[in-house]
Amino acid sequence: MNLTMVVNGSSHELDVAPHSLLLDVLRDSLDLKGAKRSCDTQVCGACTVLVDGQAVSACTYLAVEADGCSLLTVEGLADGEALDPLQRAFLDAGAVQCGFCTSGMLLTARALLRENAAPSREDILHYLRGSLCRCTGYRKIVEAIMTAARTTR
Amino acid sequence: MSARPLRVVGRPVPRVDGLEKVTGRARYVTDLVLPGMAHARVMRSPYAHARVRRVDVTRARALTGVLAALSGAELTWCEPYYGPAYRDRPVLAIDVARYEGEPVAAVAAVDEATADAALDLIEVDYEPLPPVITLEEALAAGAPLVHTGKPQAGIFADLSTLRPEPGTNICHQFHFARGDSAGALASADLVLDDTYRFPPVQHYAMEPHAAVAVWSETDGLTIWASSQNPYSVRVELAKMFDVPLARIRVVVPHLGGGFGSKTYAKLEPLAAALARAAGRPVRLAASVAEAFQTVRRCAARVHVRVGFRRDGLLVAVECDADYDVGAYADIGPRVVQKATYTATGPYRVPHVELAARAVYTNTTPGGAFRGFGVPQLAWALESLVDAAADRLGRDPVELRRQNFLAHGEEFAPGDTPIDGKLEESLSRAAEAIGWTRASAADRGRGVAAMLKASVAPSVSEAIVRLHTDGSVSVLASAVEMGQGTRTVLAQIAAEVLCVPLARVTVVQPDTAVTPYDQTTSSSRSTTMTGRAVQVASEDVREQLLRITAEALGVATRDLTLDEGAVVAPARRLPYAEVLLLRFGMSGGELIGRGVIAPGRTAAPLGGSTPFWEMAVGAAEVSVDEETGAVRVERYVSVADVGRAVNPLLLEGQDEGGVVQGLGHTLLEEMLYADGHLLNGTLLLYRVPRADDAPPALECHFVENADGSGPFGAKGAGEGSLIPVSPAVANALARLTGVRLRDLPLTPERVWRALRARR
Repeated sequence: MNLTMVVNGSSHELDVAPHSLLLDVLRDSLDLKGAKRSCDTQVCGACTVLVDGQAVSACTYLAVEADGCSLLTVEGLADGEALDPLQRAFLDAGAVQCGFCTSGMLLTARALLRENAAPSREDILHYLRGSLCRCTGYRKIVEAIMTAARTTR
Repeated sequence: MSARPLRVVGRPVPRVDGLEKVTGRARYVTDLVLPGMAHARVMRSPYAHARVRRVDVTRARALTGVLAALSGAELTWCEPYYGPAYRDRPVLAIDVARYEGEPVAAVAAVDEATADAALDLIEVDYEPLPPVITLEEALAAGAPLVHTGKPQAGIFADLSTLRPEPGTNICHQFHFARGDSAGALASADLVLDDTYRFPPVQHYAMEPHAAVAVWSETDGLTIWASSQNPYSVRVELAKMFDVPLARIRVVVPHLGGGFGSKTYAKLEPLAAALARAAGRPVRLAASVAEAFQTVRRCAARVHVRVGFRRDGLLVAVECDADYDVGAYADIGPRVVQKATYTATGPYRVPHVELAARAVYTNTTPGGAFRGFGVPQLAWALESLVDAAADRLGRDPVELRRQNFLAHGEEFAPGDTPIDGKLEESLSRAAEAIGWTRASAADRGRGVAAMLKASVAPSVSEAIVRLHTDGSVSVLASAVEMGQGTRTVLAQIAAEVLCVPLARVTVVQPDTAVTPYDQTTSSSRSTTMTGRAVQVASEDVREQLLRITAEALGVATRDLTLDEGAVVAPARRLPYAEVLLLRFGMSGGELIGRGVIAPGRTAAPLGGSTPFWEMAVGAAEVSVDEETGAVRVERYVSVADVGRAVNPLLLEGQDEGGVVQGLGHTLLEEMLYADGHLLNGTLLLYRVPRADDAPPALECHFVENADGSGPFGAKGAGEGSLIPVSPAVANALARLTGVRLRDLPLTPERVWRALRARR
């Protein structure tokens, strides 16, 4: 099936199988390896990307559903060498350890801040229910998101 | 040279690999693509225990696009067994499948879809056998045996004394005693005797195991592997394929978490065998469901008897522990003996009798997991210490303080004396949680302490190269898996050589390039690999001083290093100029070498621990009496680390340890029924989420620069996890009067206990 997607600002025309998962198309066809495969069941959030601004689990999302949509992956977060405030805050807060959850965390947080520019701690905890991290214990991730929200406002 | 204040060590610098990770550019094993790379899939046993009468891969092999199809019986061209303690684990099941999910056959094909289709064409005849799933089943008289053949010893010299009990499922026994525990218990004023259970749990490193293998005539085998110890994997592969160590190259790119799950060979033997058979690069990437079928924490049943004098003095501890190591020993026997050696925890105990068994069952193999067997024992002992305090009418904090080992005190003859101040950690934790202040009526507080040895003897080597532009390469094989070792090693080299951190590059582990390091586990990297990097950097520093001294005709004692230059009384030579003096041209480099190898000693386990890891945890909990749900409202961890080389990364690691500890305390357990794992996916197996973490979480550090590592540092990372379960359960007991002995403290268990109390 043919589909058209704008990914990180670049337009792509792709021919994919009807059952192709968005995660495989991003990673294998477009060589965007930032989104990670972990749980395969829409639980962990490591594969999170934004489709028209909404956070989706690319591991369980059909590529054809993204036809005509605009996607943002971690590779598109920074503006050239200028980091997104979330990326900066994650680095400064020590919210990154192994890095396997980081791409998904950043995009989930980006979607949250788009919906709610001034989230409370509880808002963030609620939004992160679909994003697991096994390294950090989450405290520094929550702190980083709050810092990014303050600097973006 | 006179001591000068530290410039980089001790600073909370951001991690050196952070930018790569926040931009999605960091490459993990599953991100690698090699030309012509084939994709592997594994057929796994649907039975917990079955005779494998026939595996026919003929039709799979004939499928278009299939490059290799293997069964265990066909692996006649290599040594088909591996394992660090016993070589008991076949690459693919041979004759018998010993757990649900054991690899039975495997294929490599041009793509994953073809490989999946090929699996459907493999025919296997199984004859189901009765399995043993629990410790009770495995230890029952006349129990079915998981292994019947004579075991072959693996690579560990200190396990050369493996003591299996033939005709049973016991694959190793450990015993340690001093004094007269029976006599001491008979005359003790208070004796408590109880049994505690720790469940099998899954590491869930977010990156499941993966390997990409390729063979070549000249270089032998190259394998990119998600491994915490590439050098141990190298030994296994060299034995399996009868290839010199120099022709096995294990490369470790970024690692998506480890926690012990990626120690010792896991998927690498199968990936290498498939690549050999396919004649192409082969990628073998496990799913999370397959990670559940690869390794887990050893479950345990721990029977402890403690004896106290009326005045609170701890006089005797007897411990009898059974660890469920699953279907293959992996490193389980070492987990069992090393943990049991410190079953008395951080206390002075004159009379001790410790015994433990490693028991095979028909379940996923149990191996290393953060804490290496100690969390299981600390769960029992630290719960009992609180129970004793209750019976003696003593404050649990004060009872612990009374019995703590002192700084410099002997733990066991021949082993390293205690190198930290437990009482300082305890006081800091008690103060931070507000121990002496009354808690709210609906809150309870509890404490727990831990002590753990690091692996010994062990070896770490490092090479430090100073280039003509004054930049530095650090070659070491400690694996960066999130804990921050790459940053810490860079800080150490930058400190010794007086260069900015940005001028130091720590090369990713590659056994063809970076020198030997035993393992990235046991909280050892900062101490052992860090010391090797420090010594190698000092070697380069001495060369810089010697070259300059000779060229200028001054004494080395009159020279100092300052911001990338050697400073003489009247001159300042940037390193580039010193190298020019040495080589007479702009080329060449100074190479420093560091080897840390303390060797064997008379200590009971054959080597003296390079440091003692010690920490205290304090929890404040609430409980919903209607549902039994326990909530950890506040948690304080204090670890004695000697010196925090990077406080930001250290704090992050300990925060993660606490929350991982909350997993097995409140949520996690691999559940089996009729031989089947019921919850082997993240849909069904709950690990802590952000909203499960304590709303208030503090991690503190005792820093007395008394460690054997660089600048007085010692290991950390496991310590914060170990006290979590008993600290939470002790808090629950002090709040409700209910003491639970089985983890996790699920709402149902707590609710039932609360009901039974009424």
